[in-house]
Amino acid sequence: MFSDFIHQFWPSTIDGLSLGAVYALVALGYTMVYGVLRLINFAHADIFMVGTFAAMWTVKTMGVSDLGGFALVGAILLSAVVAGAVSGGGAVVLELVAYRPLRKRGASRLAALISAIGASIVIEQLFATIVIPQVFDLPKEKGKIAQAYHFVHRTDLIDIGPIKIANDRLIIFLGAILIMIALDQFVNRTKLGRGIRATAQDPESAVLMGVNIDRVVTATFLVGGVMAGAAAALYYARFEEAWYFSGFLLGIKAFTAAVLGGIGNIRGALVGGVALGLFESYGSSLFGSQWKDVVAFSVLILVLMFRPTGILGESLQQARA
Amino acid sequence: MERLGTLRRNMMRITGAVAVSAVLALGAGACGDSKKSGGGDEVTIGFMGDLTGENSGLVIPPKQGAQLAIDQYNATNPKVKIKLKTYDSQGKPEQATTLAQGAIKNDKIVGLIGPAFSGESQAVNPILNEAKIPSVTPSATNVTLATKSWSFWHRVVANDTVQSAGAGTFISDTLQAKKVFTVDDNQDYGKGLATGIKTAVSGKGAQVQSDSVDDKATDYSSTVNKINQFKPDAVYFGGYYSVAGRLFKQLRESGFKGKLMSGDGSVAAGLVEAQGQQNTKDTFLSCGCLIDPEGKSNPKAKTFAADYKAKFGADVAIYSTEGYDAASAFVEAVKNGKTKAEDINSFLKTVSFQGVGKEIKFDDKGELAAHDIFIYQVEANKIGLLGKAGEAKPAS
Repeated sequence: MFSDFIHQFWPSTIDGLSLGAVYALVALGYTMVYGVLRLINFAHADIFMVGTFAAMWTVKTMGVSDLGGFALVGAILLSAVVAGAVSGGGAVVLELVAYRPLRKRGASRLAALISAIGASIVIEQLFATIVIPQVFDLPKEKGKIAQAYHFVHRTDLIDIGPIKIANDRLIIFLGAILIMIALDQFVNRTKLGRGIRATAQDPESAVLMGVNIDRVVTATFLVGGVMAGAAAALYYARFEEAWYFSGFLLGIKAFTAAVLGGIGNIRGALVGGVALGLFESYGSSLFGSQWKDVVAFSVLILVLMFRPTGILGESLQQARA
Repeated sequence: MERLGTLRRNMMRITGAVAVSAVLALGAGACGDSKKSGGGDEVTIGFMGDLTGENSGLVIPPKQGAQLAIDQYNATNPKVKIKLKTYDSQGKPEQATTLAQGAIKNDKIVGLIGPAFSGESQAVNPILNEAKIPSVTPSATNVTLATKSWSFWHRVVANDTVQSAGAGTFISDTLQAKKVFTVDDNQDYGKGLATGIKTAVSGKGAQVQSDSVDDKATDYSSTVNKINQFKPDAVYFGGYYSVAGRLFKQLRESGFKGKLMSGDGSVAAGLVEAQGQQNTKDTFLSCGCLIDPEGKSNPKAKTFAADYKAKFGADVAIYSTEGYDAASAFVEAVKNGKTKAEDINSFLKTVSFQGVGKEIKFDDKGELAAHDIFIYQVEANKIGLLGKAGEAKPAS
C-alpha cells in the first residue's frame, strides 16, 4: 500500500495538480455567485458542460490534429477564448432567465435553488436532444455518449528522474494559475471588482453608495461563466471528450472544492480545488481508485469539523489583502 | 397506532385506486387490440430489449437480425406466417415486466426473442415461465440466468464464465502475457467479467493486479499510474465501450505499450471513437457474438452479412447474427408445424441446425451447447474478427 503510494507519488502529484486546477476554476464560479447573492448556482455545472462543447466545436472547426509545442498552446488558447465567450454568455442568460425574475419579486433563496435545478435539467436535455445532434451532426442516441475530436500530441516535456511532466498537464496548470491571477487582480484592482466586493460585504450599503446591483450581478455571472468556459477548454485538452452529463460529477467536485477552501472566498476556491485534486489522487494511489471519492469527502468532513468555514474562511470581502 | 391505522387505510385506498385504473387500462388495451388476425395462419413472436435507451446500440442490431430472419421466412409464402412485434423496454426491468404481461395477454405471443440484457431477463423470465412462453435471448450473458431452472428459457450466446475462460486462454496462451492487470467499472457485468479473467489467467500462472474505475468519471489517471507502475503485458477491462475507450486512450497517451483487451460490452464503434484511432494498436476484444462479414468462420455468415447490408444499409454489428439465429430457431419450429407456445418449447429442446453464426443446439438448462468465444482485433477504425478463442492469432 505505502510502496504503491511512494512509487506513484510524482505522477499522482502532477495529475492531482492539473485536475485540481480545473476544479479550482469551476469552483470560482460557485464561490463568486455565493459571495454576492448567497445563492448556490447549481446550473453552473452545466455552464461548464456547454463550455466543453464549445471547445470541442472549436477543435472540430479548426480541423487540426496531433498538435504539439506552441501550435498546441495556440489551439488551447483559441478554444479557451471561444468556450469562455460561450459559457460567459450562457451564464448571463441563465441569470436573466432563471434568477433575476425571482430576485425582482423578492422570492426566497429556496425558490432560486429550485430554479437552479430546473435550469440545470433544461440545459442538459437541450444539449442531449437538440444541440448535440444538430451542431455535431450525430444521430440522437449518440448525443448521449462521449464524442471525441482528438488534437493533442502528448509528450513528456520535463523528464527529471521520477518526475515526468506531460505537455498538456503543464499547459493546464500554468493556464489555470494565470487565469486565476488575472481574476484576483480584476476583483482587487478594478472599479467593478470593488463593486463586487462591496456587494458581497453589504448589499444595502453598496446600493446606497451608488453601486448598480444588477450590473454587479451580471458581471459576477459573466466572470464565473468565463472561468468555467476556460476550465472547460483545459479539460477538453486533457480528456478530449464532451458529454451532456459531464458537468454533473465535476460540478459536485468543484462545489466541494469551494466549500473546502471557504465558500465565498476567491483564494479559498484556488486552495480548495488544488487540495481536492491532490487528496483524490493520493487517496486513490493509497487505497485504490474506487476509494477516491471516499477519501476526498472524508477530508472535507474533517476540515469542516475543525474549520466550519473552510480552510481560508468564508466571504469574498476577506480576500482583499 | 391510530395514526398508523389511518395511514394503512389510506394506503389501501390508494392501492385500490391504482388497481382499478390498471384494470381499466388493461381492459382498454384488450378492446383496442381485438381487430388483430385471430386465424391460425399467423403467429406472433415478440422481440424485447432496449431500442431507444442508452445502450440501444447493442440491441438494434439483433432486432434487425431477427427482422431479417422472419422477413426471409415470410417471403417464402409459408402456410403459417410469423409476425414480429417489438417491445421497447429501454433495458429497464420494471418496464420490461409490464410489457411482457401485455405481450402475453393482449398480443398472445407464442415466443419471445430477448430480453436483450441480463437485468431485465431476471425480471421477465419468471413471468414467461409461468405463462409457458418460450424465450431465446440473443445477448443476455449473465451466468445466473441458467441456474434458475426456467424450462422455457434459452440463449444463443455463451455466458460470461465461458467468455472469461476463452479470453483468459487467449491472453495467457496466445498473447503470452505473464503479468495481467484487470480493471472493472464497479458494475455487476463488468466486475463479473474482470473477476472471471483474473481467475482464468492466474490459473495459468500469470501475476495479476486489479483496480476499479467510476463509470461516470472522466479522469482515470490514478488507475493509469497503477498500471504503469505494475508494467503488465496485458490490461483487461470489464465494462462498456465508452469507459473502455476513455481508459485505453489515457493509458496509451501515458506511454503504455502493452496489449489492451475488453469484452462484449465494448464491441461497438463507439470504442474506437473514444479511444482515438492513433491509440488502437494491440487492442483486442472477446465476445460470444459473431461478427463476420467476410465469412471467415462459415460461408453462411457472408451471405447473411450481404443480405443484412442490402436490407438495412448497415454492416452487421454486435449480436445481429445472434438475433438472426434466435429468430431462426422459432422459424424452424413454425416450419415444423409447431404453432402453440408449449409445442414450440418442446421443439426447441431438440432443435439442431447450423445457424449463420454457430450451431444452434441447446443443453437441458437452455444454454447453447457450443461454447464458442470469438476474438476481435481493432485495426485503425475497424473491429476485425481473428477467430475462435483457442485459434485466434493477432494480426501483426
